[in-house]
Amino acid sequence: MVQFSLWDIFTFLLGALRWTAALSLIAFIGGGLVGLGLLMLRFAKLRGAATAVAWYVQIFQGTPLLMQLFLVYFGLALLGMDTSPLVAAAICLTLYASAYLTEIWRGCVNAIPKGQWEASTSLALNFTQQMRHVILPQALHVAIAPTVGFLVQIIKGTALASVIGFVELTKAGQMISNATYQPFLAYIFVGLLYFALCYPLSWWSQRLENRRLA
Amino acid sequence: MIEFNFGTVLAQWPMLLRGLGLTVTLTAFSALLGTLAGTACAWARLHGGPMLKRVVGAYVELVRNTPFIIQLFFIFFGLPSLGLRLSVEMASVLAMVLNLGAYACEIVRAGLQTTPRGQLEAAMSLALTPWQTFSRVVLPPALARIWPALVSQIIIVMLGSAVCGQISAEELSQAANLISSRTFRSFESYIIVTGIYLLLAIALRQLLYWVGPRFIFSSR
Repeated sequence: MVQFSLWDIFTFLLGALRWTAALSLIAFIGGGLVGLGLLMLRFAKLRGAATAVAWYVQIFQGTPLLMQLFLVYFGLALLGMDTSPLVAAAICLTLYASAYLTEIWRGCVNAIPKGQWEASTSLALNFTQQMRHVILPQALHVAIAPTVGFLVQIIKGTALASVIGFVELTKAGQMISNATYQPFLAYIFVGLLYFALCYPLSWWSQRLENRRLA
Repeated sequence: MIEFNFGTVLAQWPMLLRGLGLTVTLTAFSALLGTLAGTACAWARLHGGPMLKRVVGAYVELVRNTPFIIQLFFIFFGLPSLGLRLSVEMASVLAMVLNLGAYACEIVRAGLQTTPRGQLEAAMSLALTPWQTFSRVVLPPALARIWPALVSQIIIVMLGSAVCGQISAEELSQAANLISSRTFRSFESYIIVTGIYLLLAIALRQLLYWVGPRFIFSSR
């Protein structure tokens, strides 16, 4: 029987942590871009657009991320596409993140006083100009803290990609647990690594929030 | 053209129903116990001794900064090496309660902190004991203020319970797994179950919005 030293376990998990970080980054960037598009749709005066976006958000916030992952994974297969776990997880987490980010940012845009819209309308700015020069710069200031906070949510969400077979930190922890028969140790290590990744972000988000309110 | 076959999946309705039953049961237990735990922790973080405050603070941060699936695996696979062997259902409830407790702690704490000073002074001048002040004067309006946030968190925990299928708790998502391997209709199984979760989330919000003001804090 092969013996694994603590150092072996730790370096193996650190290697897998890279994939958690990579997947989180993909989901955050992709989700941010899609979310921004949805946010524009939400506020543009298009018939039905606001309702459609609201339903999109409701569907992602009202169903388990795990089921969303399975649906994308098997849905891609139905469409005849390659179902690599990474692709499925990346697509699913991007959509998931976009729904939450749209909702978070909507709150931030709503926090901008109505007078700002009226003033910019009276300056004959069109919708794109209003957003670009008046609303978004101010909303951005409000949005930073909750957006950083949501990053923690995304990182924790990537743990579920292990279920469709993507080897990131959680999956690596399962493999270590199976190989060493030491689930206690394996999951403590994995938990601490997630904590090391998430806690600084939580702390930063909290600090930004306090500074904004101060 | 892709052909769907929802009928084969729906024919397995007893399994779906059993899964739904367990999901609802898990949620009911953890919502109740989690809210109680969260309220106790919120009280501890505001009024406890320095040691208690630090311990509860560490618990909250640890839970909020690690994924639920790791908490569940740790409880179900890890704790037996300490001699604590739990059934699948017990492990699921424990994980959900610990998870909700940490989030509810912060939510309730935010509510408690916004109590106007005048109300505390009024309670004091009526010679209420600290416990009476907390349970009659401070807590009910605080719960009323944070109710929407708490309800959202309970729904998040309910949706999170889908992960309990990974330790083979036979809840709703596990029913989808079983049906999909039985009928080879994966996409349809997951679509149907996802739909049930969506309806459940909407219904749960309605229910809690109805229950809260009537039974948990009376708002007049």
